[in-house]
Amino acid sequence: MESRRNPRAVVDPKVRQVGFFTSSQPDSSSTQQQQQQTDPIPASASSPPVSTISPSGNSLSPVMIPPPRLNSSDTFPLRGAAAGASSAVSPSSFSYSNRRDFPDGSTTASPGRHSRGSFVKSSAPVASSLPGIGMDSMAAAKSSSVPASGLTTVSVVTMPPGLAEKASGMEVQSDQKKNPKSLKEKTTKAERRAIQEAQRAAKAAAKADGGKVPPGTSASVASTSVKVAKPAKPSTQKNEVSVAAGVTEKKGGPSEKDRKKDAPHPRMQYDDESRVVKAKRRAVVKQTEAKNRVELFRHLPQYEHGTQLPDLETKFFQLDPMHPAVYKVGLQYLSGDISGGNARCIAMLQAFQEVVKDYSTPPEKNLNRDMTAKISSYVSFLIECRPLSISMGNAIRFVKNRIAKLPITLSESEAKAALQSDIERFINDKIIGADMVIVKHAVTKIRDGDVLLTYGSPTAVEMILLHAHELKKKFRVLVVDSRPKLEGQLLLRRLIKRGISCTYTHINAISYIMHEVTKVFLGASSVLSNGTVYSRVGTACVAMVASAFRVPVLVCCEAYKFHERVQLDSICSNELGDPNAISKVHGREDINYLDGLTNNANLQFLNLMYDATPSDYISMIITDYGMVPPTSVPVIVREYQKEHLLV
Amino acid sequence: MDFQVVILAGGFSSNLVPLVSKEVPKALLPVANRPVLSYVLDLLESNNLKDLIVVVEGEDAALKVGGWISSACVDRLHVEVAAVAENIGTAGALRAIAHHLTAKDILIVSGDIVSDIPPGAVAATHRRHDAVVTVMLCAQPVSGPSESGGSSGKDKTKKPACEDIVGLDSWKQFLLYIAKGTEIKKDTRVNKSILCAAGKMELRSDLMDSHIYAFKRSVLQEVLDQKPAFRSLKQDVLPYLVRTQLRSDVSSDQNNVEENGNGKDNMQNNEVVLSQILSNASLPSFHQVYESGLDSRKTHKCCVYIADESKIFVRLNSIQAFMDVNRDVIGDANHLSGYSFSAHHNIVHPSAELGSKTTVGPHCMLGEGSQVGDKCSVKRSVIGRHCRIGSNVKIVNSVVMDHATIGDGCSIQGSVICSNAQLQERATLRDCQVEAGYIVCAGGEHKGETFARR
Repeated sequence: MESRRNPRAVVDPKVRQVGFFTSSQPDSSSTQQQQQQTDPIPASASSPPVSTISPSGNSLSPVMIPPPRLNSSDTFPLRGAAAGASSAVSPSSFSYSNRRDFPDGSTTASPGRHSRGSFVKSSAPVASSLPGIGMDSMAAAKSSSVPASGLTTVSVVTMPPGLAEKASGMEVQSDQKKNPKSLKEKTTKAERRAIQEAQRAAKAAAKADGGKVPPGTSASVASTSVKVAKPAKPSTQKNEVSVAAGVTEKKGGPSEKDRKKDAPHPRMQYDDESRVVKAKRRAVVKQTEAKNRVELFRHLPQYEHGTQLPDLETKFFQLDPMHPAVYKVGLQYLSGDISGGNARCIAMLQAFQEVVKDYSTPPEKNLNRDMTAKISSYVSFLIECRPLSISMGNAIRFVKNRIAKLPITLSESEAKAALQSDIERFINDKIIGADMVIVKHAVTKIRDGDVLLTYGSPTAVEMILLHAHELKKKFRVLVVDSRPKLEGQLLLRRLIKRGISCTYTHINAISYIMHEVTKVFLGASSVLSNGTVYSRVGTACVAMVASAFRVPVLVCCEAYKFHERVQLDSICSNELGDPNAISKVHGREDINYLDGLTNNANLQFLNLMYDATPSDYISMIITDYGMVPPTSVPVIVREYQKEHLLV
Repeated sequence: MDFQVVILAGGFSSNLVPLVSKEVPKALLPVANRPVLSYVLDLLESNNLKDLIVVVEGEDAALKVGGWISSACVDRLHVEVAAVAENIGTAGALRAIAHHLTAKDILIVSGDIVSDIPPGAVAATHRRHDAVVTVMLCAQPVSGPSESGGSSGKDKTKKPACEDIVGLDSWKQFLLYIAKGTEIKKDTRVNKSILCAAGKMELRSDLMDSHIYAFKRSVLQEVLDQKPAFRSLKQDVLPYLVRTQLRSDVSSDQNNVEENGNGKDNMQNNEVVLSQILSNASLPSFHQVYESGLDSRKTHKCCVYIADESKIFVRLNSIQAFMDVNRDVIGDANHLSGYSFSAHHNIVHPSAELGSKTTVGPHCMLGEGSQVGDKCSVKRSVIGRHCRIGSNVKIVNSVVMDHATIGDGCSIQGSVICSNAQLQERATLRDCQVEAGYIVCAGGEHKGETFARR
């Protein structure tokens, strides 16, 4: 439910800049209003906290399309409910942690801010000229929780580490003044109450947290809070918290912060040159863009394959903060040693388990926040190695959500154990367990004498076939394969070893063999909420031919791969593979017609990795929630996402 | 990154006999007036490897090396020096320090290399494949100074045409065969099962083992324990691991160990499925194919990392190599030396004194406080600190170490004059090595000789 709102945060660059615009003048009337209405101020200030929980995870998902706009009034009750749900936890602490992870502002732009977007759009261009984005967002984070009355004093006293920030802090202030007004208009009484309750919980938690502030700072903050008028007291408390957060953050090495700030946008448009340049500057992996790219797919990243790996390898010891397990997984993604949605997801989760195991909270840091930051930096590294799959995006969201929801009261070792078992459970329940259930369902569809067709090497389908064979069902398998990966051969090898009778052919022959097929079993990288199946390139072709021959197409996909996004074509979001893979045939030196032409300006290679199969061609989707028609995917997405957050 | 670095610095190498002495172990031989070990340490430091173990043969040498390291690298690196008995070989040395090794993988670097190949690449390849051993291979260096023609003839004849013969799979990822070029007389044995499994083997003689290895610690220790006869890493341990890669009796697979952890049947079942998914999805190497073909044979992987040809790699393991290294470091590979070169492509220390009409050509180096008399000519040579060189001296393609004294009218070509040596007037040396402290008599003409006290 929350996640539905999040995607909005990711999209519009104009909205992004809201946090750090400069020009608007302080509005005296709004200030007044604000001072009268002290309650809504913290409320509005705290609204980002709860809501940012899921965005932090969600923003990593590679597959975000802004859903239809919701009224912001619609979003508020949800927020309150979420706050209620996580009673033991302090929402405020998340909020700051999450903000810190993405000081970029792009990923954490909260609904509150978003609604403000219309207000300040005019001044956005000015903001974009500001150089210190990180600082600004820091200041923004701070001032968002600071009421206008207290801000000036606080910013003077409590910012020894970053005096330079003062100016920007002041600038942001004006933005904040406007903000409550706009929010206030849209919040109802009940919502405000819910928010306020959330805030109280936050305060309590923050007090415990505040102990970490260096004594000098906390004392000074305390003194300021005394000065402030009583009605504003809850908000100053918050203020202290935020300052404390700011201070502790300062202490955390700047390098790490930079990394966080630079978390690349998961769906960057790679035909936007300025952004590509920016992204390159912060990239860990040196990425040389391929020169001749197909016009239609310019927006997707394509690099000179073979340049990344050596470069990353040489940096092996220089990437200090990188965990070896993560590094290894990244290398394996990059070199193609691991492919396939499930395997990549499992490998990543296992690496994260290692990370959690070896983790120890640095002094003056909070486990929740620091760990989220760490995971984010690892994820951005993995994205550089290879764009995330949707399954991974969902898994990352899960991990981050679990970290954010760790009660602060837990000791470090308990928290680590809890996280490890959570990840373990995700692997066991959502991936392996799901596969078992899928197998159980799908096997009922296999009858004696069936001829089953499968394409590529989907894990779930392989398990189904093996299980059906164990049940002594009599069937034949047609393995359809395609260049350049030829994954089907591996599947074929394993099936034959078990004694299943197989036919192997390439996709070129699909229309000739389809007439003898009785059922088509396909795997999927993801199933989108309009029923579109996003899968290995060629799947759509198989499905369409099958549906033309009136052969039922069954797609096996674990529910954790479902995504709420809607996609109509396979152009706007896809992945480009190594162009050399299609231009060269390994081991066949006699077929070298393209030698020396790879850099020809008139020649462009397109090695697409995925395609989208429209739901019309799919008879049934087999998931761990049963066998459903593609039209029911939204239901599962909705139900599942809820469960996903509460697991 | 869970890597430990061991530098095998050796002791008093017999190959370099007139150059090394009790005072100067191999690791401290000056290359462009810096000990050769410093190049290794710099390379590692630039790769952020700051925790090092330096293994030196012999107590005396260890003291010397340790002394130098502590003076040069204090505050920068955390170096531990271990002294091992002499002549126990590289495997023996590792056996001796085995109890200090705790990390998951060990990076073993020879102490006598001058290179700019990042060791991280080896480590990354090692990790990526989860290999038992990863060997760095590099292109065979061109030996002998090309410009001075036949001056190095003597050493060249000694040097075998190809140092190593390596067999690689068709993806150039795995090591299938390795042998020293000198050991192969007429025919050699190639393991048939490996050949069958890999399908295709590429035998190459243009690659050289660079003596940078990444080992899996558990395996290395196991092999060292089980095979007490193994003396050398390169000649015993590595070929052994390569030979047995398809019938592994080392416990390289950690999965087997891990499986015992979970008592629950369901869990174990899950893990089996898990590992199956992972292995099915990944591109199988021929090891896995082989493993799956026969019933549960264990295999381990021996990987290679082939360094880019543009990278520089030289091992200081012979006198010729010593000359070459000195020449390269102030010549082609001058970015390694860490000095800033003048407009004339040479380095003359400001405190060095040059007489009138003395020329110091490009690719030369003149150390601190050295004095050169009148009408001298120095070409492509390295002159150490506080040398005293008379007038009318010609030094070409040579290395003169610290505190050497060279009399008037000497001519030195392609030679090494060790520290404190003395050349009296009008001595002419060509392709000679003069031991430390040796005095060459006046007026003699020598060619290809080694001056050492017996």
